Amino acid sequence: MPLLTKDEAEALLKKVLSYSKADECEINLNGGDGANIRYARNSVSTSGAVTQSTLQVASAYGKKLGIATINEFDDASLEKVVRRAEELAKLAPDNREFVGFLGPQKYSPQSKTYDEATAAMDPRWRADAVAKSLQIAKENKLVAAGFLENGAGYSAMINSHGLFAYNTATNVNFNVTLRTEDGKGSGYASKGYNDLNKLDVAAATRIAAQKAAGSSDAKAIEPGKYTVILEPAAAIVLLENIFFSMDARSADEGRSFMSKAGGKTKKGEKLVDERVTIYSDPQNPDLPTRNWNADGLPQEKIYWINKGVMENVFYSRYWAQKTGQKEIPTPDAVIMTGGSASLEDLIKSTEKGILVSRLWYIRSVDPQTLLVTGLTRDGTFYIENGQIKFPVKNFRFNESPIIMLNNLESLGIPERTVSGESGIHAMIPPMKIRDFTFTSLSDAV
Amino acid sequence: MKRKEFLQLSALNLGALAIPKFMLAGREIDESALLNDGIDVKIKKELADVALNAAKAKGATYTDVRIGRYLNQFVITRDKRVQNVANTESFGVGIRVISNGCWGFAATNEVTKEGISKCAERAVAVANANAKIKANTVKLVPQKGYGQVSWKTPIETNAFAVPVKDKVDLLLKVNDLAVSGGASFINAAILAVNEQKYFASTDGSYIDQDIHRIYPTFTVTGIDKASGKFTTRASFSSPVGMGYEYLNPKEDEKVKGIVTRYKDRYDILEDVKAATEDVKQKLAAPSVEPGKYDLVLDPSHLWLTIHESVAHPTELDRVLGYEANYAGTSFLTMEKLKSGNFKFGSDIVNIVADKLQKGSLGAVGYDDEGVGTKQWDIIKEGKLVNFQAIRDQAHILGLKESQGCCYAQSWSDVQFQRMPNISLMPGKEKKSVDDIIKNVEKGIYIIGNGSFSIDQQRYNFQFGGQTFYEIKNGKITGMLKDVAYQANTQEFWNSCSAIADKSDYRLGGAFNDGKGQPGQSNAVSHGCATTRFNGVNVINTARKI
Repeated sequence: MPLLTKDEAEALLKKVLSYSKADECEINLNGGDGANIRYARNSVSTSGAVTQSTLQVASAYGKKLGIATINEFDDASLEKVVRRAEELAKLAPDNREFVGFLGPQKYSPQSKTYDEATAAMDPRWRADAVAKSLQIAKENKLVAAGFLENGAGYSAMINSHGLFAYNTATNVNFNVTLRTEDGKGSGYASKGYNDLNKLDVAAATRIAAQKAAGSSDAKAIEPGKYTVILEPAAAIVLLENIFFSMDARSADEGRSFMSKAGGKTKKGEKLVDERVTIYSDPQNPDLPTRNWNADGLPQEKIYWINKGVMENVFYSRYWAQKTGQKEIPTPDAVIMTGGSASLEDLIKSTEKGILVSRLWYIRSVDPQTLLVTGLTRDGTFYIENGQIKFPVKNFRFNESPIIMLNNLESLGIPERTVSGESGIHAMIPPMKIRDFTFTSLSDAV
Repeated sequence: MKRKEFLQLSALNLGALAIPKFMLAGREIDESALLNDGIDVKIKKELADVALNAAKAKGATYTDVRIGRYLNQFVITRDKRVQNVANTESFGVGIRVISNGCWGFAATNEVTKEGISKCAERAVAVANANAKIKANTVKLVPQKGYGQVSWKTPIETNAFAVPVKDKVDLLLKVNDLAVSGGASFINAAILAVNEQKYFASTDGSYIDQDIHRIYPTFTVTGIDKASGKFTTRASFSSPVGMGYEYLNPKEDEKVKGIVTRYKDRYDILEDVKAATEDVKQKLAAPSVEPGKYDLVLDPSHLWLTIHESVAHPTELDRVLGYEANYAGTSFLTMEKLKSGNFKFGSDIVNIVADKLQKGSLGAVGYDDEGVGTKQWDIIKEGKLVNFQAIRDQAHILGLKESQGCCYAQSWSDVQFQRMPNISLMPGKEKKSVDDIIKNVEKGIYIIGNGSFSIDQQRYNFQFGGQTFYEIKNGKITGMLKDVAYQANTQEFWNSCSAIADKSDYRLGGAFNDGKGQPGQSNAVSHGCATTRFNGVNVINTARKI
């Protein structure tokens, strides 16, 4: 099924809603088309293309909720899925945490999440882009492995209380690893946008090529506490552990890094350096996101950490009602404010330190302190007197992003980056951190 | 294992338990539909032939088609409440072709003759577009056609046939035991999987398979309000390639010791009582002194170390560089294999690759490119002797046939090389866990898997666990906390000094072994008996924020 326009989606959803006999009914519709190409050993390897669309009906009788979904769109199937959700609802036990569906909401205008040219990318465009990347690898006598994907989709929802929401989005993601032929050097670059015109496959590949050549024959230095400069791709995989744990309920229940002795929480407290401000804004032109969430709640600009203070946490609709707070949906992306220094400026101002291009295999070690472990990868360099001196062997670290943001030295200019762990997109500045804890060496390149 | 899925799980407050994303992405259906067998095998063959013919007409020199119906059921509870009961179904077709010497793949949920025909043409178009940037022509090792055959996971009770009410009642009983035992919170769940997949290829195979898996699990949380400290203990169950019979306890499938652990039958009610006590002990336990310790690792823990440090680095696609941009490459190289002399571990280390073992997650009759499954050696008496390969890689190892390691997580994903079960063979001499502990002067006995992280070439790893017991002069003296160990893979396996005999052998495993771009999940088991490693570096993970 092709991407439906707002009017087409609304007409289809109204038809489905007209079949409902339940006390309350909410319907979600989404569909899209995506394709990808993968290459390795300087040659294309696998690739694919998938088209899918799904309609989900949630029907409620009192506190009894039933959900059913279908991917066939003839009238009989649409009526069947509504009946099925109603039957399930009648059989279900009461869900004490079901708070009913929302009434009509006011949303800000759709941000620039959709781009026509990105939706129109074809296999030839992808193959041509990869050809450029392969060319750079060959010219530099490097071995390339990479991935390029794009997709276009729409989402819409309606409910029996008069709520209707609609959004379209496109995305393009590109990431590449270049390695020296002897396997002693490796470099990486990753870019992701809503708009294809912002993606420069050749420029990203050149960055990876430079890091691959520069990281060859790394020296081993002792693990320990070092001043580090984390590039945005390295910083995001640590910081996201804070965002993923900012749930009010877990904090209130005593099982999060936000929990305190005596059943209290750290909400409203200054927990990190006062130069740290993190917020979400669906209308940000560099990182546009959907202006409503899966419940139909509006997504608005909101500060999570403001000048070091834990200002807001996520409240589900149930937990908000139970605790008398305002419901706050989890955001689709976050933005961290920065300074005016470039990455080069941060390096220049460093007497002794380590530049970290990327961090890898990040896992929680202790949720109480948000301690995580992981390793550096694809370009780790020793800095002395404001200059990169030589590549160093990769390290394992054990560090908490909360401790790290208390050891903040300086921030650079934020840029859009993609988490190599969770895949989320964020605007993150490069950052200089003192006393970052490396606990052992790795021979990996 | 995959990170993204861990995050979704934390959103469900399920801790270290795993619901792969593709499972959640399926469409939800009612319970009765779970027992319906889907379309008739005759119709599947007709539809498959449409794909094979359409691709051939467009110039494909090889085609395989997978018509898949993937069913999942989740029953998820929290404390005294059912959080979610979800039945999902995903149905569609994936078509893979070779055209102009290059792979192409397309998938659709329009399972009609017209939809399949279009999809086959799209797969050929993708292959042709990519052919101009190929450096090599795809070379498949020969595979005989099997004709029309079928295979089914040997189960006693189909989990989908057990009423949801029975599952809910069991889980709420589990939760009651935890809460009445003094736990602060408990999350418990049962996940069931049924892959109904039909494979056909231009080699003349038409293979119908019905694959079942189940994973009952819980996490008990204990909070000390006065100090604000919290801790958890996850269940000692495993995801298994079995039916609901896994949840019928049997005394002779229990391993007694400091805490009861389980083989092919799991006693969830017994385990939750033990977990509730463990959480109290864990909160009160002393923090570990960092340093070198002899580690005694229970199979419920060691399976994950085997997964990360043996199974991944012996994947041939990683060795060759196909995963360089995501999962990484491998410290094991073709040169190390060819030398015949690479000392991966100590002489007692024997590791086997397997796609046959009953009850394991990797057991199937045929892989996802129509190759019959088998078993082979990976590490023999400490030496590296083989890798894991599929049809387009077999020639690189000089093999005459594929090792049958091809898998796709659903009809909509392209199949590629995934690990089989990779298991450490038990010791040949009679040896109990007590025999292994009695010679340890300063050690830690670790049960259950916890935090895990390893570099992209699989040299340096760090693992946590669920419970940690201090061993002093051959005796267990009590619980420790804040324990993690760091090691280099080759040094670690060469420090392996004792392996218990087959009476202690058990399978662990995961639903969410992750690899590939776009990422895909693979379900895999790893067997072993309790094993000792000497002089491993242990760190203390406690911090203050």
